Amino acid sequence: MVSTLVFFAIVGLLIIRSSGWPVVRQSFFDGEEFALAFPEILSKFGRNVFIFCVAEVLVLTFALLLAVLRSLPGPVFAPLRLFAAAYTDIFRGVPTILVIALLGFGMPALELKGLPNSDVFWAILALTLVYSAYVAEVYRAGIESIHPSQVASARSLGLTRGQSLRHVVLPQAVRRVVPPLLNDFIGLQKDSALVAFLGYTEALQQARIIQATDFNFTPYVALALIYVCITIPQTRFVDWLIARERTKRQGGGEL
Amino acid sequence: MLRGVDLAVEDHEVVCLIGASGSGKSTLLRCIDLLEPVDAGRIWIEGDEVTAAGVDQNSVRRRIGIVFQAFNLFPHMTVMRNVTLAQEKALERSAAQARTKATELLGRFGLADKAEDYPDRLSGGQQQRVAIARALALDPDVMLLDEVTSALDPVLVAEVLDAIRELAVGGMTMVIATHEMGFARDVANRVAFLEQGRILEEGPPEQMFSEPREEATRRFLDRIIAAGRM
Repeated sequence: MVSTLVFFAIVGLLIIRSSGWPVVRQSFFDGEEFALAFPEILSKFGRNVFIFCVAEVLVLTFALLLAVLRSLPGPVFAPLRLFAAAYTDIFRGVPTILVIALLGFGMPALELKGLPNSDVFWAILALTLVYSAYVAEVYRAGIESIHPSQVASARSLGLTRGQSLRHVVLPQAVRRVVPPLLNDFIGLQKDSALVAFLGYTEALQQARIIQATDFNFTPYVALALIYVCITIPQTRFVDWLIARERTKRQGGGEL
Repeated sequence: MLRGVDLAVEDHEVVCLIGASGSGKSTLLRCIDLLEPVDAGRIWIEGDEVTAAGVDQNSVRRRIGIVFQAFNLFPHMTVMRNVTLAQEKALERSAAQARTKATELLGRFGLADKAEDYPDRLSGGQQQRVAIARALALDPDVMLLDEVTSALDPVLVAEVLDAIRELAVGGMTMVIATHEMGFARDVANRVAFLEQGRILEEGPPEQMFSEPREEATRRFLDRIIAAGRM
């Protein structure tokens, strides 16, 4: 504890006493600029929240479908398994920003009737496609971690394969993967900033506008602060959920 | 791996399967419940061939209750839900019907006050009694018990065996794989000795335990006695 404090004190001192510090402080940590930029960025951050919330709901459902497809047994379902596997490989392999650009610039350019040309629509779709590939793998790991005896037990009670999956396997699998799931969601929330690439004025784009107008980088620090403020509570929330679940199942928290 | 098992179980009969680990007791039970693929051979229940092509395996399993060595309760559900789930989903009973049935069974096995607990909070003996109640809730034609006391603390074995004894007295048809020879002698109408996937010998318990015909059965029983298990 003491050594940690000493370490950070030394690092802090080194930074503050460096020759470039006054300039850095002025262009990154300007109090007035911060007070000016923060509310504007925060108000545009609502757009990011909308984008990632909708994407998260879609990801949860679509990824589950992919994971279930991939776990279907027998040769009959081989094409579906193959589809799910290929999908995961492709969308985990392509950088998110490219998917956003390809959909966001490419699809409206087709000028097809009935296709929306809103940036938000394509951004949400792109984020959903990419993150479903990750989350499907998380789900799959969860499904495979459930001991086969649980399935045997469910089937022995006359439950169908679908019922066993729905009532016995998935509820346990999903509980198990909540922490890695949140991991991916935090990634998704941060990647909502990539929508700025389409020129859509969400929080990052707003910060960029202010930065370009005032020649000051403090807006970026303000946005970074907003991100940290929303992600840390989520992590604590999941910790709490896990602890509560454990207490409920094992009682008294003796473990 | 089973090779040539010929076993007929009458209504209300209790058959105990004995034999060393790996002799095929569990496999036989799992085959009867269609949990293992049956490559060859046929199985009938109440005159219906359940191994025939096109038979709905789910409806077969609903007629058979099986209890496993490791309980296999659903850890994310309360005891009550463990017992009502399949009643509602497989037999399409109403929630109220299922609950009434579950309450009655849990009460019968001394678990009335555990209904809203989660399985991890229960002792092994209690968990195994829940597993028995869960299987019985579907009113099966036959119960299969797969070494149901092998994973239990010795002090908890009696409570589970008592529950099974009660079932036998109530006329439940049962096939029981067990290492509890005293219990088998007590409760079985017939005992079958398995070795290497075959039923080597079967007969009433008095004869099987005191004067087995086969040398292998005798050796097995001698080893059990030497191990202090009988």
